[in-house]
Amino acid sequence: MADSGRQTLPLSFSVNGTRYDIEVEPHELLLDVIRKRLGLTGSKRSCDVQVCGACTVLVNGRPVSSCTLPAFEARDKDVLTIEGMAEDGKLHPIQEAFIEFGGFQCGFCTPGMILTAKTLLDENPDPTEEEVIEYMNGNICRCTGYKKIVESIMGVGKSEAS
Amino acid sequence: MLRPFRLEEPDSVKAASESLARYGDSAKIYAGGTELLLAMKEGLVHFECLVNVKKIPGLDGIDLDNGNVRIGALSTHRQLERSETLQEKLPVLVEMERNVANLRVREVGTLGGNLTFAEPHADPGTLLLALDAAVVAQKAGGSREIPMTEFFVDAYDAAVEEDEVLTEIVVPLPAANAAVRYRKFGYLERPSAGVALHVMADARRESVQDVRVAVGCVGPKSMRVEEAEAVLRGKSLEEAAQRMAEAGDIAGRAGDAISDLHGSAEYKEHIVKVLLTRAFNDIRAELAG
Repeated sequence: MADSGRQTLPLSFSVNGTRYDIEVEPHELLLDVIRKRLGLTGSKRSCDVQVCGACTVLVNGRPVSSCTLPAFEARDKDVLTIEGMAEDGKLHPIQEAFIEFGGFQCGFCTPGMILTAKTLLDENPDPTEEEVIEYMNGNICRCTGYKKIVESIMGVGKSEAS
Repeated sequence: MLRPFRLEEPDSVKAASESLARYGDSAKIYAGGTELLLAMKEGLVHFECLVNVKKIPGLDGIDLDNGNVRIGALSTHRQLERSETLQEKLPVLVEMERNVANLRVREVGTLGGNLTFAEPHADPGTLLLALDAAVVAQKAGGSREIPMTEFFVDAYDAAVEEDEVLTEIVVPLPAANAAVRYRKFGYLERPSAGVALHVMADARRESVQDVRVAVGCVGPKSMRVEEAEAVLRGKSLEEAAQRMAEAGDIAGRAGDAISDLHGSAEYKEHIVKVLLTRAFNDIRAELAG
């Protein structure tokens, strides 16, 4: 990737539990590394200005907009993308709840919604509806009108199926 | 699309200052990057070199010190929002921080970066003006304290020299008989108008002993409005309440409101008055508490 004379930085990090040792240029963005170099296309580029949340990934458990975060910021850290939510072929309870409560239509915002919901529930396992709405207000959905998304998050672990 | 740049990662303020001095205006400090990288992605600015100051230890503490809270400039908005020290001692700052941008921006963006970038549509500077805060700027040759009243020069222009690193924000804790509010209005994430009010009452909580009014977002920079303060200072709380419309008119005009997509200048002036009045009413109720 690097042209001669351009600075490169070693980037050792883990993505969904798999360790990667690559080199990046300072201006390469985490979203591009994840999508184009690692081939994990669940994280979406949409607004590209940190407003919509479609590119949300978790870095050491914290939600960030990967569209505007330089990849080198992930050095020695653990990145979680939507592809890492299921374990051993079994969907995460948040994913199950989104299916059960119909928390998506086109699905484009869903990876970001689910990852942000994960940090919410990690911090606060039993949030009120008001807390869910406040926490999720930086993730935008153009289809559902949010009601089903809030119901999905409120319903995590509470469905009969789970 | 972010154009290539060089990254330097000094481990001390002195080394950072030396890098900045060496590159001059072709380098910029990189902290959270939430505002800087957007401007660079849009091609509005370009820097040959970014100096990452996040490898410098000790710049993200939140400590009480002799009636002040000292906030490391690299503290993220989210750290401030979740700080137990601030929740207990300076809840008005926590409330303001909870409503900055969105969760992801608050996780990454820093208070020092927010102030130094001097984006007019920002919340923290206006509140810090009303809190009579100061910042510490450090460079290879030494450090100095800059009062918030001298910090904002113009839109996107703060009184930090090219080779200075903003290291700390020093906020005096409000007195027991004082109350502070920050009120803002906006659609979507960027505030269209922000007003901060600090009122210190006399010991019997009947009159306005001291007052600070700050207005932001409506014009090029956040500012104190001493003329509006003069209307309220020394008055009984009752009389001050009656004169809020007058103080609000003065504050609205002083904010140098500009007509833009957020609204006309006249509209913003009106909103400033409304927000200031609401802030005062809340403060009065708290002081009566």
